[in-house]
Amino acid sequence: MMYRAALSALLSHWLRHKVQLASLLLGLALATALWSGVQAINAQARDSYDRAAAVLGQDRFARLTAADGVVAQADYVALRRAGWPVSPMIEGRLRLGEDTWRVLGIDPVTAPKGVAPAGMRASAADFAAFIRPPGLAFGAPETVAALGDQPGLPPLRGLEGALPGLLIMDIGIAQALLNMPDQLTALVLPPEVGAGLPPVQTIASGLVLTAPRAGGDIARLTDSFHLNLTAFGLLSFAVGLFIVHAAIGLGFEQRRPIFRTLRALGLPLAALCLLLAVEVALLALVAGVIGVALGYGVAAALLPDVAATLRGLYGAEVAGALTLSPAWWLGGIGIALVGAAAAAAQSLWRLWHMPILAPAQPRAWARASARARVLQMLVAAVLGIAALALARWGQGIVAGFALLGVMLLGAALALPSLLAALLAGAARLARRPLPQWFWADTRQQLPGLSLALMALMLALAANIGVGTMVASFRLTFTGWLDQRLTSELYIRAETEDQAVQLRDWLTQRADAVLPIWSVERPVLGAPVRIYGIADHQAYRDNWPLIAAAPGVWAALADGSGVLVNEQLARRQNLWPGATLALPGKAGLRVVGVYSDYGNPQGQVMIGVDLLTTLFPDVPRLRHAVRIAPDKAAALAREVRAAFDLPADNVTDQAAIKAFSLGVFERTFTVTAALNVLTLGVAGLALLLSLLTLAQMRLPQLAPVWALGLTRAQLARLELLRALMLSALVLVLAVPVGLALAWALLEVVNVAAFGWQLPMHVFPADWLRLGALALLAGGLAALWPAIRLARMAPADLVKVFAHER
Amino acid sequence: MEQQADTLKVDDLAKSFGRGSGRVTLFQGLSFSVAAGQAVALTGESGSGKSTLLHLCAGLDVPDAGRVCVAGQDLSRLREPARAAVRRDRIGLVFQHFNLVPSLNVAANLSFQARLAGRPDAGWCDELTTRLGLAGLEHRYPEQLSGGQQQRVAIGRALASRPDLILADEPTGNLDQASGDAVMELLLSLVAQTGAALVMVTHSERLAGRLPHRLHLANGRLA
Repeated sequence: MMYRAALSALLSHWLRHKVQLASLLLGLALATALWSGVQAINAQARDSYDRAAAVLGQDRFARLTAADGVVAQADYVALRRAGWPVSPMIEGRLRLGEDTWRVLGIDPVTAPKGVAPAGMRASAADFAAFIRPPGLAFGAPETVAALGDQPGLPPLRGLEGALPGLLIMDIGIAQALLNMPDQLTALVLPPEVGAGLPPVQTIASGLVLTAPRAGGDIARLTDSFHLNLTAFGLLSFAVGLFIVHAAIGLGFEQRRPIFRTLRALGLPLAALCLLLAVEVALLALVAGVIGVALGYGVAAALLPDVAATLRGLYGAEVAGALTLSPAWWLGGIGIALVGAAAAAAQSLWRLWHMPILAPAQPRAWARASARARVLQMLVAAVLGIAALALARWGQGIVAGFALLGVMLLGAALALPSLLAALLAGAARLARRPLPQWFWADTRQQLPGLSLALMALMLALAANIGVGTMVASFRLTFTGWLDQRLTSELYIRAETEDQAVQLRDWLTQRADAVLPIWSVERPVLGAPVRIYGIADHQAYRDNWPLIAAAPGVWAALADGSGVLVNEQLARRQNLWPGATLALPGKAGLRVVGVYSDYGNPQGQVMIGVDLLTTLFPDVPRLRHAVRIAPDKAAALAREVRAAFDLPADNVTDQAAIKAFSLGVFERTFTVTAALNVLTLGVAGLALLLSLLTLAQMRLPQLAPVWALGLTRAQLARLELLRALMLSALVLVLAVPVGLALAWALLEVVNVAAFGWQLPMHVFPADWLRLGALALLAGGLAALWPAIRLARMAPADLVKVFAHER
Repeated sequence: MEQQADTLKVDDLAKSFGRGSGRVTLFQGLSFSVAAGQAVALTGESGSGKSTLLHLCAGLDVPDAGRVCVAGQDLSRLREPARAAVRRDRIGLVFQHFNLVPSLNVAANLSFQARLAGRPDAGWCDELTTRLGLAGLEHRYPEQLSGGQQQRVAIGRALASRPDLILADEPTGNLDQASGDAVMELLLSLVAQTGAALVMVTHSERLAGRLPHRLHLANGRLA
């Protein structure tokens, strides 16, 4: 009875303070939503990687691979004859139109159990169809649907649980499809291999044994991306927790008189604390359920873009539909409970140590001691030193994120002291009474608003930092596109015969016809696309080299040199001077490294003659055409008409640039969306803090009103105060954001993507963000200001009549 | 004032504030008792320690020395949860500033302590509501009431659990004379009806005169 009565009294506070209740629930729900949304995306992606690993069996089985990536079929036969239970596998990419599909060829007879997904176990009739031409290919239902009746492919069958974008077929069919006759990419070994077998090296000397691995290649490759997302999720969660902390703290402070009364009426302190903990848990449970549901929505909305990003950056295929486990739902509610507990811990601690006869006036942080602020500043200084140390000596992705974390936290902790110092300075400069009161009163409001202002600063700094990173990337990317796409037209023939005729036809009409011929082959254990390029001035003038040896183009033309893209160079430490073995030719000298943004794979460029020598069957369909820009459109029309080419086969430079930029923009849609959401949450934090504080400010405003200021004047000053504080926070957020951008570009980006980008600053973006911050601050203050302007004088008079 | 069973018994009570050379002795060696049905006015100058004495009697504060017994239970020997239980079950408190729960309406506030004590009595609460002139106001919230109305709710709350002891700290201090007199009348009448002991702190000679017994606190001693 006692507990029920007391709990109902405590909960009744929220029913009478609905805005505060809404702010608490909304803050926690948003924090949970952003966190659990990100977790849902990560879980979905990891599930896809696990399925990929399971389908390919690549992690659970030891494999034999060759240094140049190609295992000769003869080696496989020799090993089998020697008693080795190896099973052949071929893996490659197949381009059909504008899309690339991953092809996996297996031998169903010798493959260890588990190489193929469970759903592929089929009848004898299916087995026969699988191995006999035209074969049978299994793919995810969405992949099968997307491919339809594509000519040249074996009949397709949907397989639940298969990785999107992957086709599994018999090895013979795959070899033909990938144009890799008698070639394999790996030999898979079952978990148990009999003893007494001759060493592999004595049978096939070029093969290397790779042990089974705990995690998939893609999972490892994309770890940094998911860490990135998780960091954003955490940032959003932290910003949301600021709201929760503010709302719970205010709820506790406002109820200090009630707590005193309850205890005076006989409710033991322990019972009161227990009931408040139960109250917080109940609220967290409600907010958690709402948050998890919202998180599902956030994840569902963002997943297609995340899938596009993962595909674009890493070549990882992620299913577009969410399938989430109960653990995720429970985890989301759990994080809401943990967040609420963290936010309420300080208030409960204070209550536990509050004497029963403590003053009942709500303090609302207004009397937060100067000592606490000094302590905060000290912690901020320590974090600043830690950030400097991490920036100087930290390496790798984890150190990068640790740097971001300590930098943001330190800046947030330093904010109240910095603002207090600025306001104190302004107060000293003020001469007239109203400005003096304004500055002093603003300073007095700081403790109550500091959490919301910290949230705003975190959001603004993150916006500036990530915005600068993306804009720097965009600028570099655009410049890089200009360098890479120097030709006016890009034309693809339908067949090899047509390509020969096309070359002849174009040679008579264009300034130059440059081949864009490539094959994908395993190099250093990973698939790499090898391009052959002609020796032409267009490349010499424009190709975006970031490192080059003397005579780079001559070496490329004579077949002794090779160019590698930045990703491959960083991953394999292949800088000018190093040597590289390609299938069929070893000892090629690396003579240059070029930037290659947006490409997940390693890429190599050799002279076109060497390419056709090494890979005589290379498709020779695509060409770049140099022609005076004013003649390009006419030539495009002519070539389409002359060869009856589909419109998509002839593209101009502008179209490709627009397409590439579209892919780029989509890649960063998730980042932009999380940025906006975080800023929105911070704006909400400010609104809710101002709303809840507005009622408690009446004792401070009423005397000023009584002394002759109108309610409208007071309301305008309240609005001005919010705008001024938002502007100050923005000014302080700019250096923090720039430091964040530097860390993202110099540390995180290199570790995560393998690219280093120059940093550019965009003051115009800050102005736009500043306008947004002012808008957020202004909107947040508008409602409380309007309420103040319209407040009945009787309500202000009450301040003088009652204890509040 | 020794009569039948003492509802409140204070023995050799002492209380000081501050430390070292700044230590101020508020009172020491205070002893008195209040029997069931007795009404005692506790008077004294501002700062004489009246409210502190009342807080000690309610177990809200702890004495430096001496004993406070309420209905036979020595508060000074009890830990906080047990002292809270005595307040909940045995004592009704009326504060100068009413201290109603702002988020509960009149009816809920009035029955609140009785529900806390596990002794809700709807009939008695209805009677109190009527006797206190609160009929028709049950669904209003404290902020919608006048000071006098709020104090009547506070008195109702203190009496709703039928406590053994009512401790009232300046219960009319925030009211005008007419409202104060009316509230006082009701308080005394209801206390008499329930048979509870009453200790009322006041600095008003006029109000103190309306109670049959008086204790005057001056210079740390009772007179």
